[in-house]
Amino acid sequence: MSETIIIDPLTRIEGHLRIEIKVEKNKVVEAYSSGEMFRGIEIILRDRSPLDAPMISQRICGVCPQVHGTGSVMALDDAFGIKPAKNGRIIRNLMLGSNFLNSHILHFYLLSALDFVDITAVLDYKGMDSRLIKIKEWIKSDIDSGATNAGSPFLPRYDGDYIKDHELNMHALSSYLKAIEIKRKCHEMLAIFGGKVPHCQTLVPGGVTCIPTVDKIMAFRSRLSEIKNFVEKTYIPDVLTIAKNYPDYFIIGKGATNFMSYGGFPEDEDNSGWLFPQGVLIDGNVSDFDSEKVEEFVKHSKYSSGSGLNPFDGQTTPSPFKDDAYSWIKSPRYSRNVVEVGPLARAMVSYHANSNNSLNILLKSALNELGATPESLVSTMGRHAARALESKVLIDRMESWLDELVPEGPVANDFKIPFVSKGKGLIEGPRGSLGHWIKIENKRISNYQAVVPTTWNGSPKDDDNKPGPFEMALIGTPVADYKNPIEPARVIRSFDPCLACAIHVMDLENDSVYKFKI
Amino acid sequence: MLITRKKFLQIFAGSVAGFALSDLWLPKLLQAANVKNGKGRLPIIWFQAQNCTGCPVSFINTEYPSAEEVLIEVVTLEYNPTIMGATGDIAISVLEKAISEEEGKFILVIDGSIPVEAEGNFCNVGEINGKSITALEWVEKLASAASAVIAVGSCATWGGIPAAPPNPTKAKPAGDIIKGKPLINIPGCPPHPDWIIGTLVHVLKYGMPKLDDLKRPEMFFGPDKVVHDNCELRQYFDAGIFAKKFGEKGCLYELGCKGPIAHCDIPTRGWNSSVSWCNRAGGPCIGCTEPTFPGGTGSGLYEKLPAVQVPGLAEINANANTIGIALGGATAAAIAGHAIARAVSTKKLKKKQNESKSYSEINKKKPDIQEEKSISDKEESR
Repeated sequence: MSETIIIDPLTRIEGHLRIEIKVEKNKVVEAYSSGEMFRGIEIILRDRSPLDAPMISQRICGVCPQVHGTGSVMALDDAFGIKPAKNGRIIRNLMLGSNFLNSHILHFYLLSALDFVDITAVLDYKGMDSRLIKIKEWIKSDIDSGATNAGSPFLPRYDGDYIKDHELNMHALSSYLKAIEIKRKCHEMLAIFGGKVPHCQTLVPGGVTCIPTVDKIMAFRSRLSEIKNFVEKTYIPDVLTIAKNYPDYFIIGKGATNFMSYGGFPEDEDNSGWLFPQGVLIDGNVSDFDSEKVEEFVKHSKYSSGSGLNPFDGQTTPSPFKDDAYSWIKSPRYSRNVVEVGPLARAMVSYHANSNNSLNILLKSALNELGATPESLVSTMGRHAARALESKVLIDRMESWLDELVPEGPVANDFKIPFVSKGKGLIEGPRGSLGHWIKIENKRISNYQAVVPTTWNGSPKDDDNKPGPFEMALIGTPVADYKNPIEPARVIRSFDPCLACAIHVMDLENDSVYKFKI
Repeated sequence: MLITRKKFLQIFAGSVAGFALSDLWLPKLLQAANVKNGKGRLPIIWFQAQNCTGCPVSFINTEYPSAEEVLIEVVTLEYNPTIMGATGDIAISVLEKAISEEEGKFILVIDGSIPVEAEGNFCNVGEINGKSITALEWVEKLASAASAVIAVGSCATWGGIPAAPPNPTKAKPAGDIIKGKPLINIPGCPPHPDWIIGTLVHVLKYGMPKLDDLKRPEMFFGPDKVVHDNCELRQYFDAGIFAKKFGEKGCLYELGCKGPIAHCDIPTRGWNSSVSWCNRAGGPCIGCTEPTFPGGTGSGLYEKLPAVQVPGLAEINANANTIGIALGGATAAAIAGHAIARAVSTKKLKKKQNESKSYSEINKKKPDIQEEKSISDKEESR
């Protein structure tokens, strides 16, 4: 007999996520992922000036605003029939790269590490690190004074198989504190060209608003080298160390095993080359990506509109009480295949394309160190490893992009808002493939659609009843203690879900009022 | 505690509810939290409704004090979904405990707007006994147990992005849902970490900060903090030099800058450890701290403010109030009045040019043309 476990809210992700699993003999046999929050940002964008789209669509997500802004402004470039200025394209890449680094470091340390690291071990700390001593005294004095909330916000937590090695716990805690500083510096770097972050101010059609000057380039480069040091000496080694302590998680959480990348970081103004290659990996075979093959299915989503449509023709008619529907997330598929997106997808596409690029070289050496096969990367730990390794590749390229900037050179090409047009912006974000589609009529937005990474990864079952990547990854996951389902939480967090992103597509017809439970 | 007659009258007149109530709730809260002489921590339940997580991400970006100092010395952060260890039932139990056992012993921080359409079912957090709980229910219950409420970010303070027309989910700000509790609004999309932490430290060590009509701390959003007045591009405005397209030098007014109606200290504080800020990076202020943000379809983020005369052409005939009304309707009328553009008339402009000339004459080395260039040099060196 199976037992149902509900994890709601799944914290330490972006947004509101509910996971329901059916467990038999301590193994997940069925899984349902549902989003719990909806705002309607595409509806809000309708009838506004197209120029507002990059600013407003960034607000879809405060963790990955930059990729929404960039995807949106690329959709405007396309619709306006213009290309970005070279400086503008490079600055967009540098800003997005800063967001990647911030997001990846935030994800591993602040969002994921508490599933592995035992913070209570600090009470036995006997070393000399003043920061760790301070934390020890803080928690200890709270416990001594009988405070029920001692150790907040890190405690309470699930019971589980946390790391037992004291030194490793203390090292990880010290890295956690350093990571908070480093992720702040990633944002400082972004703000040098973006004005502020979250939600930068400088993305415009044709480029950016911020002129690169030598002092800005210097300030950026100096922070980048500090971040590089952290990624090489701390982040990557920490991921590999934790991975070695949890070898099971190279088997747990396999997921869809098919992958897709729209291509990340354009290397020219025509979007014909990418730092992270574009491609689709299905059943072990790589093929070229074709945006026409993206279709959104809705059999188990709460929409009555047509199933299997390309986003340009996307329809969203809500049907809250539809039979067999359990999610507001649609099910995007590529040629009807379930595909995973994100750092692991980028790594797998790159690896199987057999291009001898720097990401592949790094992957091979990491696999050597772990004594692992490329197949074992398709797992919970593989996602963490792929995220850390691509950070290093990205930093190296960001350093050379800085060299390609022309100080005080032009940053934006002129544009005119067309009377009628349409455009798309396809790009890779920290969490995977992101597409923004815009239609313009009377110089105003007539339709706006975004298909985001967590829509792919967190999708419900499709018209062929094939579960989405989260659900596939959960099936077979062990659950030792039904009251403390830490294992499924680890699997889902490895995807770095972004729920605010995933659920924002809905149409309200005739202002009707719906009552529904997600 | 002694309440003076004046304060007593204030409480019952309700004229400055924020201040007056602070006399009653704050000592009780500080005593419960064992805070003595400003030493100790404020117990915080940080609830997230219809948010994008930009507010907590910005909060963690604090430079001085560091995030760990804030956690160890300023707050006891009992609940915050972005960073807390707890998941699922264990996280929900923290909220339930606050409601049932900690009445008057914590401050409720809210980011994100609260949808009321479909009985609040556009945002659900957790479930109790098989029943899904809406953000609306949580906010009502938590607020009634909290000693005070701090709304963080423009969604929680004014409704923000989700409440922009046509407001598909009937998203409301915290102040529309919660009545009868001291409330502080810290707007911004997102707010600067100093605004959030500075407000918390003020409450902890010095009591309730002075608030404007919109319940914003005046120290960060007061009438002397109009972006336009403190903008480093102000000199271009005064000299009548306007950027006509993005990436060009000049005042950003023609590109839709909302600096004249925006209240915050960002021009002097700077974003992200002060490396830059919106207008410095050439991105016109979008007025993200105001109730008018992001406006409706008729008032685009890059559309020029109405009824503002530019210098050198005619006298000014608008102030922040009239512009606010034109932009966002009745809510904007509450914006603290401030003459928008103490912009120079033709006469003043001439005078300024003369002043420049006399300055270069004193220096002798610089011909006029370089004098003008020095403005651009200053800009580039940033």
